[in-house]
Order: sequence, then C-alpha cells, then structure tokens
Amino acid sequence: MADHQHPQSRMNAQAEKQLLARTPEVIAPGHTFETVTETISHVVMSKRTPLGWFLGFGIAFLLLMILNLTIGNLLMTGIGIWGNNIPVGWAFDIINFVWWIGIGHAGTLISAILLLFRQQWRTSINRFAEAMTLFAVACAAMFPLLHTGRPWLAIYWLFPYPNVMGLWPQFRSPLIWDVFAVSTYGTVSALFWFTGLVPDMATLRDRAKSRAAQTIYGMLSLGWRGSAKHWQRYETAYLLLAGISTPLVLSVHSVVSFDFAVSVLPGWHATIFPPYFVAGAIYSGFAMVMTLAIPLRKFYGLEDFITMKHLENMAKVMLATGLIVAYGYTMEAFFAWYSANTYEEFMIRNRMTGPYAYMYWCLILCNVIAPNTLWIGRLRRSVPYLFFISFVVSTGMWLERFVIIVVSLHRDFLPSSWGMYGGTRYDWSAFIGTIGLFITLIFLFVRFLPSISIFEMRTILPGAEVEEEHP
Amino acid sequence: MTQPIDIQSLRTKLEGSRGREYWRSLEAVSETPEFKEFLHREFPQNASEWLDPVGRRGFLKLMGASLTLAGVSACTRQPEEAIIPYVRQPEELVPGKPLFYATAMPFAGAGMGLLVENHEGRPTKIEGNPDHPTSRGATDLFAQASILNLYDPDRSQTITHLGEIRTFETFAAALKDVVAAQKGSGGSGIRILSETVTSPTLNAQIDELLGRLPQAKWVQWEPFGKHNTREGSRLAFGDYVEAQYAIEKADVILSLDADFLCTGSSGLKNARAFASRRRIEGDKAQSIRFYAVESSPSNSGSKADQRLALRASEIEAFSRAVAAQVGVNAAGEGGAPPAAQAWIAAVAKDLQAARGRGLVIAGDTQPPVVHALAHAMNEALGNVGATVTYTQTAEARPSNQPQSLKELVGEMDAGTVTFLLILSGNPVYTAPSDLKFDAALEKVALRAHLGLHHDETAARCHWHVPEAHYLESWSDVRASDGTVSIIQPLIAPLYGGRTAHEVVAALSESGPRPAYELVRAFWSGDGITPRQAAAPAGGGAAVPQATPAPGRGVQAPAPAVVSAFDHDWRRWLHDGVMPNTAFTPKAVTVQASAITAAPASPRAQGLDVVFLPDPSIYDGRFANNAWLQELPKTLTKLTWDNAALIGPGTAARLNLVSGDMVQLKRGDNEISIPVWIAPGHAADTLTLFLGYGRERAGRVGNGTGFKVNALRTSAALDILTGVELKKTGDSYELASTQDHWSMEGRNIVRVGTKEQFEKDPTFAKKMELQQPTGLSMLSQQYKYEGYAWGMTIDQNVCTGCNSCVVACQAENNVPVVGKGQVLNGREMHWLRLDRYYTGDIDNPDTYHQPMPCQQCESAPCEVVCPVAATTHSDEGLNDMVYNRCVGTRYCSNNCPYKVRRFNFLLYSDWYTQSLWPLRNPDVTVRSRGVMEKCTYCVQRINQARVTAKLDDRQIRDGEVLTACQSACPTEAIVFGNINDPNSRVSQSKKSPLNYQLLAELNTKPRTTYLAVVRNPNPELEPTPRAAENGEGGHQ
Repeated sequence: MADHQHPQSRMNAQAEKQLLARTPEVIAPGHTFETVTETISHVVMSKRTPLGWFLGFGIAFLLLMILNLTIGNLLMTGIGIWGNNIPVGWAFDIINFVWWIGIGHAGTLISAILLLFRQQWRTSINRFAEAMTLFAVACAAMFPLLHTGRPWLAIYWLFPYPNVMGLWPQFRSPLIWDVFAVSTYGTVSALFWFTGLVPDMATLRDRAKSRAAQTIYGMLSLGWRGSAKHWQRYETAYLLLAGISTPLVLSVHSVVSFDFAVSVLPGWHATIFPPYFVAGAIYSGFAMVMTLAIPLRKFYGLEDFITMKHLENMAKVMLATGLIVAYGYTMEAFFAWYSANTYEEFMIRNRMTGPYAYMYWCLILCNVIAPNTLWIGRLRRSVPYLFFISFVVSTGMWLERFVIIVVSLHRDFLPSSWGMYGGTRYDWSAFIGTIGLFITLIFLFVRFLPSISIFEMRTILPGAEVEEEHP
Repeated sequence: MTQPIDIQSLRTKLEGSRGREYWRSLEAVSETPEFKEFLHREFPQNASEWLDPVGRRGFLKLMGASLTLAGVSACTRQPEEAIIPYVRQPEELVPGKPLFYATAMPFAGAGMGLLVENHEGRPTKIEGNPDHPTSRGATDLFAQASILNLYDPDRSQTITHLGEIRTFETFAAALKDVVAAQKGSGGSGIRILSETVTSPTLNAQIDELLGRLPQAKWVQWEPFGKHNTREGSRLAFGDYVEAQYAIEKADVILSLDADFLCTGSSGLKNARAFASRRRIEGDKAQSIRFYAVESSPSNSGSKADQRLALRASEIEAFSRAVAAQVGVNAAGEGGAPPAAQAWIAAVAKDLQAARGRGLVIAGDTQPPVVHALAHAMNEALGNVGATVTYTQTAEARPSNQPQSLKELVGEMDAGTVTFLLILSGNPVYTAPSDLKFDAALEKVALRAHLGLHHDETAARCHWHVPEAHYLESWSDVRASDGTVSIIQPLIAPLYGGRTAHEVVAALSESGPRPAYELVRAFWSGDGITPRQAAAPAGGGAAVPQATPAPGRGVQAPAPAVVSAFDHDWRRWLHDGVMPNTAFTPKAVTVQASAITAAPASPRAQGLDVVFLPDPSIYDGRFANNAWLQELPKTLTKLTWDNAALIGPGTAARLNLVSGDMVQLKRGDNEISIPVWIAPGHAADTLTLFLGYGRERAGRVGNGTGFKVNALRTSAALDILTGVELKKTGDSYELASTQDHWSMEGRNIVRVGTKEQFEKDPTFAKKMELQQPTGLSMLSQQYKYEGYAWGMTIDQNVCTGCNSCVVACQAENNVPVVGKGQVLNGREMHWLRLDRYYTGDIDNPDTYHQPMPCQQCESAPCEVVCPVAATTHSDEGLNDMVYNRCVGTRYCSNNCPYKVRRFNFLLYSDWYTQSLWPLRNPDVTVRSRGVMEKCTYCVQRINQARVTAKLDDRQIRDGEVLTACQSACPTEAIVFGNINDPNSRVSQSKKSPLNYQLLAELNTKPRTTYLAVVRNPNPELEPTPRAAENGEGGHQ
C-alpha cells in the first residue's frame, strides 16, 4: 500500500498525456513516485525540525499572543479601544474582514474551479492554497463577531435558532446573508480540504515511524486503504465538493459586497460591487498564494514541484483580475459623473482630493499600475519581483477596502456629521494579530501535514501514464 | 356554593360588627361552609393536602427537588437589601407616575418659573412653567442642566471651620458672637457679599440686619450682572430702571451688540415674542426686520435679517451716528467706521418709518452711554409705551456692582472689615483681577462662605457652609418683570445644605430659623423677625396683597385650619407664580444733557477683547456640570474648552489657525489661550469666555479650558482695548463636534427672502434634487391607521439656544463621554444642533438645524440590522430595542442623517451613586456596545397613552410634548399625530415651507423642516441671499 496511484488517470489518459506534453514544467523532470512521496512527506516525517521553522513560528506565535491580548482587552473594555466612531462606524474591523475573506478566495478557485477545468498546474499548489483559504476564513470570521458591541450575544443571535419568543434575525440584512455565506464557505472549504487530505494521511500513516504519529495519521486517514472502490468513491466525493465549492467562489464575495451595495451610502451603493469584489478577492488571493509559495518552495526545496510555470500562471491570473479591478475603479468614477448625483460626485472627488486622497492614490499605484508590469514576461518570471509584487497587491487590496469603507463613511450626506478616522494601536494589533494567527496556522500546517498533495502530484508524473499502459 | 344566602342574617351580622369592617363578598360575610372550604383550597397556606405527614419517599423526593431548585436559584445571587414599604403612602403618590411641582430657579439676577418632574420624591427633569411670564413653559439650557448640579457628587457636604467638620449650631453661635462683638460699633466691621439678590424675603432679611447694624454693608457682585444696563438707565433717566421689551410689537429691531434672544433674564420671553413675528403661517410672512450690529457672533445675530460685524469699541460711534439720524439731539459726534455708513442711513430710515413699531436694544457688554443712546432713540422714535416700557428692577437694591465691589476690596485691604459673609458666588474666581480679591480676603479676620461647592472662595474662608440647591430650598424670587415665584423644595437637602435665608437669620437676634418659616412669615405679613418688620422693601408697587384682605375670609368660609393666607400660599405654590406681582410701568424721561455730557469712549487701538460668560458653563458656576461642559456651544461647536474667538480676516493677517496658542497681554496681565476662528467675528477683536480654568470646580470642571480672568479688570469688565497678541507656536487640541461649516452647495437648510417667498411660497420644495417616483416594488404602502407621530422643526424661528439639546440629555439619560471621546467623534447627544454658514466668511449668514432622529418611514437603518434591534412601530416610530442590539453599527453607517449614537465604551456612569436618583426611570440606562438614538420621547407617548386609555379617549393634540419641544423657547419644534388633520403638526406640515431633508433618498422622514425666510434690506443687500443655496438644487 505504499503507493496510491491515481486511478483517475485511467479514464482520460490520452487527454492527460497531451496536456502533460504541452505543460511539462508543472513538475521538474526526473521524479518518480517514490521521490515525490519522499520529498513531500519528508517535510512532515522528518524528526528534525529546522531551526528556521522555530524562528518563524516563534515570531508568528508572538503576534498571535498580541491578538489574544487585543481580544482580551476588547472584550473587557469595549470596542471603544478601536478608533471607530460616528460617522465611521466600520473601519479596520470590516476592512480586515473583507481583506481576509478575499484572500481565501484563491484557495477555492484553485481547488474547485481549476480542478473542474482540468488545469493540471493546480495540483502542486492546491493543498496549501486550500489551507490558506481555511486559515484566512478563520481570521476573517473573527472580525464580524469581534467588531460588534456585544459579541457574547452576536455569536448566537445572528443565527436563526428557534426560540420561545418567535424572534428571528432580520433576513433582509446583508449581515445575515454574510453569516450564511461565510459559515457555508468555511464548512465547505474545511470539508474539501480534509477530503483532499485523506489519501495523503494514509501515506503518512504508512510511513510514520512513531506510534503516536501512526495513531494520529491513522485516525485522520479514516481507514483509507487505497482500494479501487475507495478511489472511485473518493473521486466522486471530491468532484461533488468541487462542484459545491465553485459557486461559492462567486457567491461569498458577492454577498460580502452586498454589505456595502445594499446600503444608501454614496461609495457603497453601487451595482458593480459583486463582480468587482470577486475579482478583487481572487486578485488578492493569488497574491497571498504567491507570498506563501515562494518561501515554501525555497526553504523546503520544493522548486521541482512548484515550478516557474506555476508562478507565471499565478502572475497571469493576477494581471487579469487586476485589470478587472482597475475597470471597477474606472466605472465607479464614471458612474459618479454620469449619474450627475451630487453625493456621488462629491464622493469620488473626496476620494481623489479629500483628506484621505493619499490612500486613494496609493491604491491606484498598488492595484492599477503595479499589476500592469506583469505584462512584461521577464518580470513575470522573476521570483524576487513576484514576491515583491504579491506584497504590493495585498497592500493595495487592503487600501481598497479602506477607501471603500472609511473614505465613503467619513463624509456622507450632511456635512455637519463629517468626521475623520484614525486607527489606534489596538486597531493595528488586531490586524497584525490575525496575521500572526494566519502564519502560526500555516507553520503548523507545513510541519504536520503534507503541504503539497502527494497523490495528486503522482498523477502528473509521466510514470502515471506508463503504469496505465502496462497494467 | 349553591346554598342560597340568607340576606336577613347577613344584615344582622353586619350590623353586629363594630367599626369599619371590610368584606369581600356576601359569601364572606355569611361565612358559609362552602366559602370556608373554598378559602381553604384557594389559598395554599391553608391547603390541607400539604399538612399530610410526609412519607419517607415523599420526603426524599421533595428534598431532591428542592436541592435541585436551590441550585438553579443560586445562579443569580440575590442582593441582601431590606425593602421597606411606605408606612404611610403619601397622598397622590403612585409609584411610576411622576408628579410635577412648581418652583423657580434664581439665576444671574432673575428667577425663572419651572415645573419639576418628581419621581417618588426625587426630582428628575425640569420643565418650564407655562404660567410664568418669562418662561411660558420653556427653559434655557442652564435651568435644564441645573438638575445635574443638584446631584453633583462633588457638592460640598459638610459645614467646615478651618477644614474641621462643624455643626450649623456652632456656626450660628460663631455668627452670634460676631454680631455681639460688633454691636457697639453698629456692625462697622461686618460686610455681606452676595450675588444679585432678587429674593424679596432675603432682601428684607438683609435690610432688617442692616437696620440693626447701620454701619454694616451689603455688596452685591454678579460677574456678568447688568452693570452697564443699570448704569445706562441711570445715565439716561437718572434712576435705575429695567427696560421691558415687547418684541412682538416691533417691526424693526436694531440690536447694538445685544444677544437678547438667548441670554439674559428675559431671553426666553424675547425669543418667544420674536418667534411669534418670525413664524410664517400659511403663505403670509409678517413684516419684521431685525438689524444686528455686533462684535462677537451671537445667536441673536444669527437670526438677523441684516448683520453688521463691528468692533465692540466702534459700536458706540455707530450708535451715536444712528441716534443723530433718528433725531436724538444729544448724540454727539458720529465718527462711525466708513464701512457702516450705508448701514446707518438705511437703519435710521427703517426705524423712522416704523415709529412706535421699532425697537433699539443695547447689549449688556456695551458701555452705559450706548444703553442711554438706545433709550434716547426709543424715546425719539415714539417706541416707549409701545415696544418698550420701563419698570423698576428685579433686584430690590440695584447698585453699581463693580464700583461697590471695588470699595469693599478697598476696605478689606485697609483691614477695616472684620467679618465677611459671602452668600454664594465665587468672588475669588470671578472678581476683576486688578482688585486682587484673594489677597484682600486674607486680611479679613473672619470669613464665611455659603456655596454649593467647596470652591476657590471656600478654600480661602474660615467657615464654609454647604448651600442648599434651589431644588432643596424654600425661597422666593422675582422674574425680570417683577413676578414673584415661591421656590419650594423638591427634595430634602441631600447634604444638609442651608439657604442664604437661614444663614442671614443666624445673624439676627432671634437666631436661626428655617427658610420655610421665614418665607412664609414674610409673605403672610408676620414679618421675618418675631416683632413686626418694616414693610418689605422693593418699592411697594410689587408687593402682593399678602396681608389678609378685608372680606376674604367672609367670602370663602374655609375650614378653620386653612387661613386665607394658607389658601393663597397653596395657590402660589401650586401655580408657581404670585398673581399681580409684575411691576407696573414707570414713566421716565431721558435726560438728554446727561448723554451729551457723557464723554465719547476713545477710539480703539490694537486689538479689542470682549468678555462674555461662556455660553455653556456661564461664569464658571456650571463648570462641574458635565452636560454643559460637553454641550457643543452653538456657534463654535466647541466642547470642554473655551477659546479666544477671532475673525477669519484677522486670523489670516496674524497667521493664526484654530488651535494655535496665543499670549494676550495688556499691561502686566497676560494669559495664554488657543484661538478659534469664528466666521462673522468682527475684525481686530477677540472674544474671551469666562468660566474656564477653574481649580476647585470638581472632578468634571477642574483643569478644563483656560482661565482668562487675569485680563478682566474693573476698568475693563466687558471690553478691553489695546491688547497685544503673540503667537506662541504651540497648538492645542480643541474638541469640536462639527468641523464643516459649509453645506457644500447641498439643499440642507433652504433659505429664501421674504420677497422670494411672496412670489413663490413653495420655493423650498423646488430645491429638491429629484422627486423619487416608482421606487417601491410594492403597489401598496403600509397604512398607518391609528396615531402617526410626526414632527416639524421651524428653522425660521430656531435661535440655536441649545435648550433642546440639554433637555433631551436630561430626559433620556444620555451619557457624557469626555473630551477625548468627543475628539474621536463619539459624543452621544441624541439631538444635535447643526450649524451652517453661507456667504461671505467675514459676515456669513448662520443657520441652525436641530437634528433629531428623522423617524423615516422607509428607514435605511431598519433593514440592515441583522438582529432586528431597530424596528418600525405601527405608529411610524423607528424603535430601538437596546436589549436586542448586538452593536454591529450598520444602522449608523446606513443612516444618511447620522443621528445614531453608539456606546463604544461604558459611557453611562453606573457607579457614582449620587447620580442614580437623577436618571429618568422611564428610560433605559444604556450599557456598553448598544446603539441608541432619539425615540421621539416614546416614554412620554406611552405615558399619555395610558392616561388616554384610562379615560377611554384618544391622545389629544399637545398632550405629548417631546423634551426638546417643551424646552424650546421659540416653539420651533412641533410634535403630534399627523393622522389628525387638525393637529398642530399637521397644520405645520401643510406650510408651503415644509420640506423633507434628503427626500431624494426616499427615506420618507417623519421629521420635516420649515425653510428659512429672511427679510433683508434691499438697499443693503442687492443680491438675493439664497444665491449660494440654490446652487445645489434645481436638478
């Protein structure tokens, strides 16, 4: 049971052969089933944890502790420790929420949509992209809860549970839609991720030396034996989950965008929001995958599996979605002008020339100008440049949410209630703290679970075909 | 109970019983066995089943169950508190139902009639007394906020002598010793320093004392008294008189630096009268034109049709010039600034055209000669007897207060004062700086202070006696028109405070007497001392027929216990006013020679400084009142601080921006203070507000703002010229609640001229951006069947006096958040006053827009709340359910009016016990993390609903007054049922000026606004005033 070769390859061997012929770069030449399994599982099975892991994990854990302190203070003192005010009722809290949930989108897109489209290059990045999704959703989900004045009530009053008072949530509120969208998204992502892990858990169980590892991985592998029946059911389940996940890529961020689009506020109240938010989400998600993939392949020597081909493809997706986002910005300005609505016109003018204009122009630099450099092939294939641009894009997307949320709120209809907003140290510590949580989870994931799907990698080996032809 | 009842035996039974026996039913009386059985079963303590012996199993079952239940009940620990019911229930007191008592608030030289809401013996809210001539049901912000002073945890609570706690008896004995020692010299070492006394009883008491001790002196000092007004009347008429304005009869008003609509003891009355002329009924605008000439922007100036900003020191020249033109011979040389020349001619022309219908009013800060000129102009224009009458002053002993204070300090310095009794007031803080009152005070052998707080003055006195707040006192007070109100206590003194009556009585031969007895004795004619006192002072004209009038007892054969006086007394207490005590007009003539003789003030050099009491905390007496500290001052919107106001032009010249610290120097006196740019402020003039920089105000007031008293000397109490300004380079963060003064060309406050209105009464509606049509998918909108509550706010008459804001805060337990939170934009006021400027920044038009929750029919806040914590009632109220709110703040984000307020932290003070009884028990005290907002005072609606239901009728129009509405002196806020076509609010909504704010959003607000119509003089203002306003409209 050492090797759980993928039976799927039998079904469309011809197609895959052609595909592989066209795209040989998704895995470096010279790998066999054994080397793939060994290289990936070594990261997990190795007795020795690299010093760098401890260093990185230590820093991340420190940040996580900052998050704990912030949450503790938040619950004790109230959300007044943040800078939110009237008129800026939402600020870092919701910016961070939208930012994190957007990041999650790349994972689902890679896992589900690219699987359905049979994009072979997804195999080496989908596992950690999915993990990233899950962790990003965990970070994101924290904010809608913590940003409320009374989280101890919000945690269950937002759910439609039957009660003697016959009291239900307000189903017209986009925040309720959010609850469903995000919780569905979290559940499906977790299921999808775990289902994908099952065959690899079995591999690890079989390779584990210690009793504890055997037990834990054994339990997680749910008794996987790699029989044809298993594979057949597994394939069906995985495809079904991919099918369920696919609409989520579009729906979750559409619903999140409704938080804004449904309101009456100029700068929020716009029909373009759903597609524009989804594109932005994928854009930032791919930037985050890049941010994680580049160090991962470097430190764990996985360049053979996460090749330049992957990086370049991701850069192309970023370029495409970046252009959609830029189109969104253009349309916002166009609508404001074309509507001849005083408030809309003012909103755009205020974004461009108001007190937060620097935010807007930074956003344009990060999200419109920077991605366009990816037209240049040389830059697209430069790993340091991609690493850099992935940060630029993440920053740009955070700024975009700042501009949408804070800059729209701070000056709305009646000039008498205009105000300014400034993040406090707790605003920043909550944001940095969730980054800490995210990185902590990523470090734990890389250490204890195969960060690249072993069994799926094996299917793209040339050997997968060979075995198929000589049964 | 089938057995028929034997009626006959019942009768005998009842007859046989002694005394009053209560019976429940006929069965009960007859004591039938069935009834006994019924009782036995009905009431568990008698139930026989329970007396059955408990078996072992049963016992264990019960024990088990009780143990389990005991565990459940232990989840919430019951407080160990004894509950004691009323031994005797006070008459009329129904728990949960407030009672209202009439009383009056003495403030700055006059009284204001009040009705105070009392919940189970604790006053919670102050309303105006509709029967009182200067209140007419309205109050100013100070009266509204004074209830917080009552419960101020920092009030002084014990009588102290050199810091040691003493009893009042010890204090009285000490006073007795003083009097005994001074008897020989006729009291030559005794001085009494009080604020302006308008209490007839106290006045008589002091007179009696001075009668016995002829060498003793009584000095009154009010830091913002009417010294200029009084001296002006003496200059003009040779006598102290009070001008009583009948603004409702004036067609043309000229204000010479007078903020007569908002400040002063007649402010409320004037505002109401002005509003009665300004209000537009139907499509007819009344002909009234108001010219304001002022240096510092005032609320009155903001209502002017035509406003001229002049340096304070130039107003005299301006007045002389106008006076000369309207035929006052004594006016002297003009020398008015060239900018004002066009004005002078136009104003004089208008005033002359409206002979007998015009009015010239001089402001308290202007020198006496300006007042005299105003009197002379009114006389020359035939306005006397029509728009202005003269009476005696509210205080029985008018005096030149600054002068007498100066003399007192001279005596103190000379060491001839051996005993100084300070009856409230804080002269150490408020006295002019050149007098060095604190140093002089040290030279007085024995000093005693009566005051609400252990303040700066108390700290320098040997004795300090906590004063009873007026809500704890028996006293009396005259309003500015002379009407007397009896002040009756709403609660026993919280800290055993004493009134001035009791302290002065302690100096009398008979020793201390309760204030109740003194006031009653005074008015019953028994006299304030056991032997008959001389007739109460006060000119005689205004003393009511308090002595038993002949025949009164005959007409009403009242029970023996209620004397005729008692009958009157009860009526006075009930009504809050003593009938027929208003002053009768006096005939006075202007002595032109005196005005001619008065030298013209020298021309100003350098910078002028105008001293004004702070609009919120007055002269510092409200420094520890957190409501007032956090109240945004109408024109600057500053909270928690004072700043030197400066005009934009002067600020630009001196390279200053708001918040820059400056040093102001005149001679040896120097202060530092931040500046604040005030559009419309006269050039080369700064306005300084007193009242801040207190050192011993209490936990709220200590260290707020800047003390400017050093610049205020007895020579320049109001206007100081030749001030040097130096920019220090530092800056200071001032907390303003409204940073933007422009409407950005939006149609928020809609303004037209009278001419424009007469041509097109519906001009305001035409400024709508876009009429929303077909926006709803539903073919039928919700029909409001019963009541539909609505409100209109008439911006035409709103003076921006802030009473409504404080009234709302008091009514709705609105918390105070502190300067830091205000800086962060988290102030909690449910009702805010938006202030906008249009036009020239050096002399803009100013508009006030009160902004409560608009109670939208299609409320954007409701649909976005995920937990349905804000919902719509079938009466159209946008309800807020605090218990359900989880605090997402989405409702606030989606509120286009931004009227929602969020408890970002625990803002309500849950821990200061003295504030607990202050809270309105009908309104939830909100906790951290919930949203709140204006409810249209739903608790008042529900109160009225209960009353109406008990009477089986509908709620009447005017039965529900929201807190803001009842406080409003101009009746700008009208509230009621819009389903009733005859209600005042429905009538008001029919006005052509009625418009919905942000109607284009289709929120369908229930609160609507009436547009402003002004009547500028076309000669002075050729371009229509609404030019800027129209720019955003007409789409």
